[in-house]
Amino acid sequence: MPETKEIAAPEQAAVERWEQETLEPVLRKRPERQESFETVSLEPVNRLYTPADLDDIDFTRDIAFPGEFPYTRGIHPTGYRGKLWTMRQFAGFGTPEETNARFKYLMKQGQTGLSVAYDLPALMGFDADDPVSEGEVGKCGVAVSSLADMEVLFDGIPLEQVTVSQTINAPASVLLAMYLVVAEKQGVDFRKISGTLQNDILKEYIAQKEWIYPIRPAMKLVIDTFEFCTQHVPKYNPISVSGYHIREAGATALQELAFTLRDGIEYVEWGVAAGLEVDVFVPRLSFFFNAHNDFFEEIAKYRAARRIWSTTMRERFGARDPRTMQMRFHTQTAGVSLTVQQPLNNIVRVAIQALAGMLGGTQSLHTDAYDEALALPTDKAALIALRTQQIIAEETGIAHTVDPLGGSYYLESLTQEMVDGTLDYFNKIDSMGGMVGAIEKGFPQREIQESAYQYQKAVERGEQTIVGVNKYAMEEESSDILTLVIDEGVHDRQVERLERTRTERDQGAVANSLEKLKLAAQTGDNTMPATIEAVRAYATLGEICDALRDVYGLYEEPAF
Amino acid sequence: MSERKIRVLVAKPGLDGHDRGAKVIARALRDAGMEVIYTGLRQTPEMIAAAALQEDVDAVGVSILSGAHNTLCPRIVQLLRERGMDDCLVLVGGIVPKEDVPRLKEQGVAAVFLPGTSTEDIVVYLRENVRPRT
Repeated sequence: MPETKEIAAPEQAAVERWEQETLEPVLRKRPERQESFETVSLEPVNRLYTPADLDDIDFTRDIAFPGEFPYTRGIHPTGYRGKLWTMRQFAGFGTPEETNARFKYLMKQGQTGLSVAYDLPALMGFDADDPVSEGEVGKCGVAVSSLADMEVLFDGIPLEQVTVSQTINAPASVLLAMYLVVAEKQGVDFRKISGTLQNDILKEYIAQKEWIYPIRPAMKLVIDTFEFCTQHVPKYNPISVSGYHIREAGATALQELAFTLRDGIEYVEWGVAAGLEVDVFVPRLSFFFNAHNDFFEEIAKYRAARRIWSTTMRERFGARDPRTMQMRFHTQTAGVSLTVQQPLNNIVRVAIQALAGMLGGTQSLHTDAYDEALALPTDKAALIALRTQQIIAEETGIAHTVDPLGGSYYLESLTQEMVDGTLDYFNKIDSMGGMVGAIEKGFPQREIQESAYQYQKAVERGEQTIVGVNKYAMEEESSDILTLVIDEGVHDRQVERLERTRTERDQGAVANSLEKLKLAAQTGDNTMPATIEAVRAYATLGEICDALRDVYGLYEEPAF
Repeated sequence: MSERKIRVLVAKPGLDGHDRGAKVIARALRDAGMEVIYTGLRQTPEMIAAAALQEDVDAVGVSILSGAHNTLCPRIVQLLRERGMDDCLVLVGGIVPKEDVPRLKEQGVAAVFLPGTSTEDIVVYLRENVRPRT
């Protein structure tokens, strides 16, 4: 039987002949621009890739066909020919009324899914009137302290038809409960609700650092949502395992990939330990990656992600259902790559990053707005970001064929390097007792800090170019773009509604439900039913998190 | 007599957990021979001022990306002055709109470093502006 290999590798002698006869004379006349070339992750890039670089890659085993194991070329056999990715712009600022209006505006402009950004008090499980919330209410996202805010946020948005993604982590189970109760009030059956909860607490300890409780009870809360959704909200993705924030904190592309997938493995292990069936709950785990500047490195990352996940689910967890092995992911362009200087340049960066996400086969995409290094986006900036996706999707032809870059010597070689590097990280993390153990030892945190520092140094030495910052900078820059200003009245308006909610509710029902929640937390029962009951009684986010703080305690980050 | 090393407190006030910048700056200042104390996340202005006093620092570098700078930075300056730390420089880095810079300076912030600043510029600024002590 002949080997199934598409392209025969050239003889080493042929490469040497090319080097001597064709390359050398040119190099003597005109040396290359740099002695070495590196990706944005500071990984070396060769001058040329040939079939010789694919020696260890087997087409059938490693690349194969889209819609088939190991899904390197995508999870759908038709790619985007059947359905384009979901254009899901992350939005949230000020009061629930303001964000509700932005949602409706974006949907009217052709956006196909919603994504909620909550403010820092909500992300940390504090109410708007908590002293620590001062100055932060409605600033980085929409302010939500209770069901009353959530009702306004989704007013007039049919939750049976629209898929909503919620970026919330430490208090995710509470916001999920609020969302479900709003849906219930709209008369929607839980079984028909689809959408995604970020709910990825591991990457908070690793990178984004919006935590509340110690790691192990926080993991228990995540598993509670898996269990609850598996039983009652089967079309909902209870987690979006996120590399995005890991990358933003300074990780390389490889570190983003490896830590995210190892986080995914950790959640699967905890789910299995709680008695969940791999082929029942894993198909609903979703992922979230960054789209950074280094075009090919990013595409390789997404393709490697699918290959590694499918293989790991089959070999490590004995998955049988193809859906368990098919990694679905959301992508967002790299906020960290945007510059304050010459901000309109960011439109170009975003377009290229978005293109990488699409060529990597993302299921949904957020394109950043050009003004996001300055503030939250204005309507105008948010619209251009959405139009960027629409232009690439509908004018360029990149969605006409599946995995158009598959087979590129460079890309396939990079994809393989990503796979190999990730498996090395898996071995290291496994030897530390898994990701929870590795985080407790500070391993991923230190790796990321080191990469962030090395990148900064490379920028300062001019080895990595940032247009408008360390090259092509302009002395006198006009800053004529208008940015969104969050008015300081948001805090007062939110506090007012919160006080009204606290006065009008049934205090006995609130107290009872919070006691039940504490009891569930103490005994190790699933906390979701009691959380939903507390939300229905209009217990506030801060009160519910306080009940859990009483039982679980608080996370203290060790110094490293 | 050896010159006293410049001592800097790198502080993260508010609820914002984005500490990439704070940690990069802390390391760059250390590499430049300064003594750096990092507060960790979510410090109140009171905790930051107390740490600055206790560590007897020459400067406090406040990193903030959440938009709460107008509330938090002037309070840090005020608390430092109340504790008699009149020469202690307060530097701010992070996402700060240009329009806010003059107001922060009026309220006693010595310098605001916007995104894209090189760590070397901050080192130079500290060397030039910290009042020498023996």
